[in-house]
Amino acid sequence: MKAFLKYREIWLAAAIIVLIGLISTRFPAFADPGNLRQVFNDTSILMILALGQMVVILTRSIDLSMASNLCFTGMVVAMLNAAHPAIPIPLLIIIALAVGLVLGAINGLLVWRLNIPSIVVTLGTLTIYRGATFVLSGGAWVNADKMSPEFIGFQRAAFLGIPVLSWIAILVIALFFVLMTRTALGRSIYAIGVNPTASVYTGIDVGRTKFIVFCISGMIGGLAGYLWISRYVIASVEVANGYELNIIAACVIGGISIAGGIGSVGGAVLGALFLGIISNALPVINISPFWQMAISGSAIILAVVLNARGERQQGRIILRKVEAVT
Amino acid sequence: MTDVPAPRHIPDRLDKPLSSAIFSWEALLVVVAVAIFAINSFASPYFLDPYSLSDLTFNFTEKGLIAFAMALLIISGEIDLSVAAIIALASTMMGMAVQAGAGTPVLVLIGIVVGLGCGAFNGLLVTRLGLPSIVVTIGTMSLFRGIAFIILGDQAYKGYPESFAFFGQGYVWWVVSFELVLFLIAAVVYWFLLHRTSFGRRVFAIGNNPIAAQFSGVRVGRIKFILFCLTGLMSGIASVLITSRLGSTRPSIAQGYELEVITMVVLGGVSILGGAGSIVGVVLAAFIMGLVTFGLGLLNVPGIVMSIFIGLLLIIVIALPIVWRRLRGGR
Repeated sequence: MKAFLKYREIWLAAAIIVLIGLISTRFPAFADPGNLRQVFNDTSILMILALGQMVVILTRSIDLSMASNLCFTGMVVAMLNAAHPAIPIPLLIIIALAVGLVLGAINGLLVWRLNIPSIVVTLGTLTIYRGATFVLSGGAWVNADKMSPEFIGFQRAAFLGIPVLSWIAILVIALFFVLMTRTALGRSIYAIGVNPTASVYTGIDVGRTKFIVFCISGMIGGLAGYLWISRYVIASVEVANGYELNIIAACVIGGISIAGGIGSVGGAVLGALFLGIISNALPVINISPFWQMAISGSAIILAVVLNARGERQQGRIILRKVEAVT
Repeated sequence: MTDVPAPRHIPDRLDKPLSSAIFSWEALLVVVAVAIFAINSFASPYFLDPYSLSDLTFNFTEKGLIAFAMALLIISGEIDLSVAAIIALASTMMGMAVQAGAGTPVLVLIGIVVGLGCGAFNGLLVTRLGLPSIVVTIGTMSLFRGIAFIILGDQAYKGYPESFAFFGQGYVWWVVSFELVLFLIAAVVYWFLLHRTSFGRRVFAIGNNPIAAQFSGVRVGRIKFILFCLTGLMSGIASVLITSRLGSTRPSIAQGYELEVITMVVLGGVSILGGAGSIVGVVLAAFIMGLVTFGLGLLNVPGIVMSIFIGLLLIIVIALPIVWRRLRGGR
């Protein structure tokens, strides 16, 4: 039981349950399964993005360009859809993933080949990708009446009573869970974050792994680009402006250490869910949405203060089970 | 071994041969600045007009003032993402004071004190609790701007006194604006502080190796706290200038400035990993960014496209020396 309570995710899940409980005392319908499903659906895009950011942060890097990538890719698929409504949605999603992958690979190559710190690279590409969106679209918007009904309807279609958007989020969560806990790449990502020097001596190609990690976050940005545009049915240069910091905030609340090496898929998902619940609950309990920023800011600070003790310990045992056996 | 930089040498005037100055980062920036200046003056006939050149300075003075303090902070290995939010909060407080009938001196004082207070809050969280500054300031960024949003909602504060307009719109001598004078004074003060005092050497020492600095008697926590106070203070001063220039306060004021300030600092040759950098570089980077945005503005290039150039400039200027070294077969 004591070992169980050591997991950050348990505490975060408890905090979320308490939060939902508190909200439902003022507004009972909030805890209704139908509404909670809605909250999950509303938070899906943030969750997906937070997972992509998580793998980058775990390797002691950061990707500030995710929201700009989302904006650019979203514009590409929206314009494609407006010009050629015949392109099927699965193909559009593949295009979105590919465009995102290219943008992520640019970040990754600069970090890998030129050894420029990721914060500098992605600070640069943050402005470049958003500017490129303007050049691509000529400053014009693509709005709902130019998009095909399939483009807008795809993620809203219900499957087993749950919208496709939520299913995509569940699929991405499952994929990341497998990646981080069952693959060599996942181990390498953690290892690099815990101790880059030791990773080199154990035969991990740190530069190449970082490149792969940026490719992953790029693809996630691209996927989120399609999802965002088809959900809010408007593509413009302003889409998700400043959202990169919300994504990082979700990671931080989820207990992912910005110094690398510490964090889990469950943490990132719960961190995003926490922010999602706050933004969904505020209008319901009659608090002005202007409070949202201050509340999430306080939550971030509180989360780091609570996490601080865990982060002070140097390194982290990755192979807990093996150690217990020997 | 990408992530483990070799221990850097603490810069010293005495061990630098003259030739190294010619190939220094600052020299590269001067070349870039002159090139952009030349391109600008060919591209637009309106560029080489004293009044238009003086307008140019408003593009970088406010951000540059913060960039000086940010440079010191980044050299010490920390970062402050909340500077723009501090501007918003300080401006909101000034707006509230105006509604209560405060005069210009009180407004300036409020701006500076609120900025300093916010900086001290960041500093306390980082140094007392030992938290990573990038996360703390992402938090306080939302918190400070959030408070501004709670107070202001979707309205704006106006009605600033006429004497208050001097700070952001006034000229000291012919076409030399008050902001530019302040920028130059701050440049000299920060240059002296960083490059000619023991405080500055300690800042470098902390950035190079905080543990070694601690053991050699540098009070790491206290110096970092002072540095956070300085960025807060400079943000407060910038808040006075911006509020005065715009003549109104909105909660979305100075949105996105934090990234521009950091871009300026990094472009100025300050290592984002800490331990290296110079104020001259930051001054040059401020000029370059001002020249780029102003020149493109004269050519009617939209702001969002200018940001492409700033982003490209950042990556290319940082990548250039690395590519150059590779081509020469160095390490």
